[in-house]
Amino acid sequence: MKVAVVKYNAGNIYSVIHALQRMGVEPVLTDDADVLRHADRVIFPGQGEASNAMCYLREHGLDQVIRSLTQPVLGICIGQQLMCRHSAEGNVDCLGIFDEEVVRFVPRTHADKVPHMGWNDLQQPSGPLFKGFKDGEFVYFVHSFYVPRCQWTIAATDYILPFSAALHRDNFYATQFHPEKSGPVGARILHNFLTL
Amino acid sequence: MLAKRIIPCLDIKDGQTVKGTNFVNLRQAGDPVALGRAYSEQGADELVFLDITASHEGRKTFTHMVSKVAAQLSIPFTVGGGIHELADVERLLSAGADKISINSAALRHPSLIDEIASHFGSQVCVVAIDARLDAAGWTCYLNGGRISTGKNLFDWAREAYERGAGEILFTSMDHDGVKNGFACEALARLSESVGIPVIASGGAGSMEHFRDAFTFGHADAALAASVFHFGEIGIGALKQYLQNENINVRL
Repeated sequence: MKVAVVKYNAGNIYSVIHALQRMGVEPVLTDDADVLRHADRVIFPGQGEASNAMCYLREHGLDQVIRSLTQPVLGICIGQQLMCRHSAEGNVDCLGIFDEEVVRFVPRTHADKVPHMGWNDLQQPSGPLFKGFKDGEFVYFVHSFYVPRCQWTIAATDYILPFSAALHRDNFYATQFHPEKSGPVGARILHNFLTL
Repeated sequence: MLAKRIIPCLDIKDGQTVKGTNFVNLRQAGDPVALGRAYSEQGADELVFLDITASHEGRKTFTHMVSKVAAQLSIPFTVGGGIHELADVERLLSAGADKISINSAALRHPSLIDEIASHFGSQVCVVAIDARLDAAGWTCYLNGGRISTGKNLFDWAREAYERGAGEILFTSMDHDGVKNGFACEALARLSESVGIPVIASGGAGSMEHFRDAFTFGHADAALAASVFHFGEIGIGALKQYLQNENINVRL
C-alpha cells in the first residue's frame, strides 16, 4: 500500500511518519501532485497556524490537489481545521471540504485553560474509522481552535463545550486529536484508516 | 473530560538517566529509551527528558536520543536543558520532540518565549520555573537553582503566559527531593494566575501527594522522577488510586 503524507510548512509531520513506520508502513512525504493523486491513502497532518499554512498550500497548488483527491484522506489536527470552510485563526478561507467554521475556545473561568492540551475521551465514536471503539477511550489533543459539532461529526469530545473530535464526509476523514501520539488507541485508528 | 496527566521526568547525562536529590547527588536509573517505553506501557501520559549535560558532545548525544525516542514512543514528550536560542528549539523539534522546555534562557531573554511561540506555536513552548519561598515570597532561581533572580514566581509565570508560553512547569525547590508533597498553595495560586496548563513538580513521595496536587493545587499535570524510577510508586497503581479518589485519569 502506498501512503503519502502531505509535505507543507506545518510542524510535527514526522510523528505521523514514525507512527506509520511502527505499523510496518513506509510512507512517502511529498508535495508532488502526481504522487499524492496516485497514493492509496493520503495523510494531511501537522501543527501550526492556519493562515500561514493555507498561504503555503495555495502557493504550491496543494489546495486544489487535496480537494480533488478521491482515495481515503485523513486530516490530523491543523489538517482537520484546514479541511473546513474558514478558520478564525488568521481569519482565513480554507479548503471547504467540510462546510464548517473553525473557532477559538472561549474560557468560562480561569480553570478553562487554552490550549486544550492532554488526553480527553471520545464520545459516540461511529463509522469505520472507529471500528471496534466504545465510548470513553482517550486520545491526545493539543489545540486552541476547534470545529463545532456538525452533520459531519463522527466523534465528539467535551472541553468547555462538546466539539467535533473527528469528521467524515465521503472519502475525507479528519481528527482534531493526534492518533500518532495517542498510544495503542491511536494506532488502532490509523490501522482502521489504512484498512478502510 | 480532560484527564489529569502523570509525567515521569528523566534527567539525562551523557545518554543515561540520572536523578538528583535537591539538585545534587546524582544516581543512575537506566537507559532513557527503554525507560521511556516502559513508562509509556505502564500508562504515563507524557514524558519529559531533561538534558543536564553541558558539553557540545553531550548535546549531540541528547539530540540523537531524542530521535530514537520519537521513533519508538507513541505518546507526547517534552525535552529541555541546554536550550539557549531558537536554533536549539529547531534542532530538538526536528529530532522529533513534541514540546521543548526552557528555563534559565527564558529568564535571561524573555523574548525567546515570543520567538518560539511565533515560529513554532505556543503549544510547543513549556516554560519551566524553579522557585523557592524566601523572605520576599516565591522567588525564581536560575541555573538549576543556584542563582536567585529576585523575580517573583507569579509575576514571571504571568509574563511567560502573556508572551506565549503554552504550559508552565513549576518546580518548588523547597519541596524537590524531600518527598513531602507538592507545593499545593503556590500551585493553586499559579493556576489562577495563568490561562495555560500548570505542571506540578517537586515533592512527590506518595500517591496522596499526587491527589493533593490535583485537588488542592489545581494542577493540570504532575511530574515526578525518583518515585517512578526506583519503583516506589507504580504508574498503573497511581492512576487507579487517583480514579478511586474521583480524579479523571486515562486508564
